[in-house]
Amino acid sequence: MEKKLILRGLLAGGLGGLLAFLFARVFAEPQIQAAIDYESGREEAQEALDQAAGVQVEGHEHEVFSRALQGNLGIGVGMVLFGIAMGALFAVVYTVSLGRVGQVRARVLALLVAGGGFLSLYLVPFLKYPANPPAIGNGDTIGTRSALYLVMVAASVIFLVVAVVVGRTLSQRLGAWNATLVGGLVFALLAGILMALLPSLGHLSVNVAQFGEQATETPLPLRNTQGDIVYPGFPADTLANFRLYSVLAQVVLWATIGLVFGPLAERVLGGGKRAEVLAEV
Amino acid sequence: MATIPADRSTPVVLPVSKAVLWLGITVFVALAVYYFVGVDQGATSVFGSDTHVHEFVHDARHFLGFPCH
Ligand SMILES: [Zn+2]
Repeated sequence: MEKKLILRGLLAGGLGGLLAFLFARVFAEPQIQAAIDYESGREEAQEALDQAAGVQVEGHEHEVFSRALQGNLGIGVGMVLFGIAMGALFAVVYTVSLGRVGQVRARVLALLVAGGGFLSLYLVPFLKYPANPPAIGNGDTIGTRSALYLVMVAASVIFLVVAVVVGRTLSQRLGAWNATLVGGLVFALLAGILMALLPSLGHLSVNVAQFGEQATETPLPLRNTQGDIVYPGFPADTLANFRLYSVLAQVVLWATIGLVFGPLAERVLGGGKRAEVLAEV
Repeated sequence: MATIPADRSTPVVLPVSKAVLWLGITVFVALAVYYFVGVDQGATSVFGSDTHVHEFVHDARHFLGFPCH
């Protein structure tokens, strides 16, 4: 039974990743290219400034893969693999949740678990540390940024489990509706407290030393020694579009997982008629 | 509120102890893929200073919300 469910999870995840890739290819790649163009323009402006100041200019780093390969095959493989991994985790949570989270139909449970995955593995971490296109991000802070992001992901998963347990515990006393509301409140409170405690990326000591007190690592305008702007800050529209599309791609991924897996699982479970109820935990 | 007939809900409770091997393997492999797509050769690296994995899935890493660069 669990092997059948896991296989269907991989299938749903792979399909979700494929659809998210197609979405990314159409909507995200132009924004990523705009960000890379901004970055190269900025590097040129910086080199001109350095040359004027008599500073030695470093040579360009060579590319490992061409942009065409990264923007077509690379992003495709990355998105599909990510989708399959999420489908696998989804199937495990679904299998464990079966019959243990109250009276829920197989199909509805698939949508609930997919919603939980979207919320805890992506959306809540995104609220604190949103997705950034290339050109945004200080290379010197990649270690700290990765750690902070993974802390948000892991904590969101734990908070969601806590919220579900709280909701289940209270459902006898408060009824399913009110218990669910309390569970949601517990999740929002825990996530909110953690977000308030973790630092903004601009407030990391490395960034404060290099750029002063800023909220984020989004590049500010480049100025010459007289203080005139010689190259603009990162384009706001590119950033806004990239982030919106990033959220939408994850909606596509998780919605596909939930909607495809549900009916498949229902068939595996045979509508529950033949299945024997073992134990309520 | 109408009660849902038992055969329409999800009554199957898999004994996790029996399924634990497959569930465990699945979680492990999924987390490994998550790590290689999202994190490896950035903050930490399994294959030393090589950057091929990072550069290949680079756009996906940005777009999936992982910190990069
Ligand atoms: Zn990058």
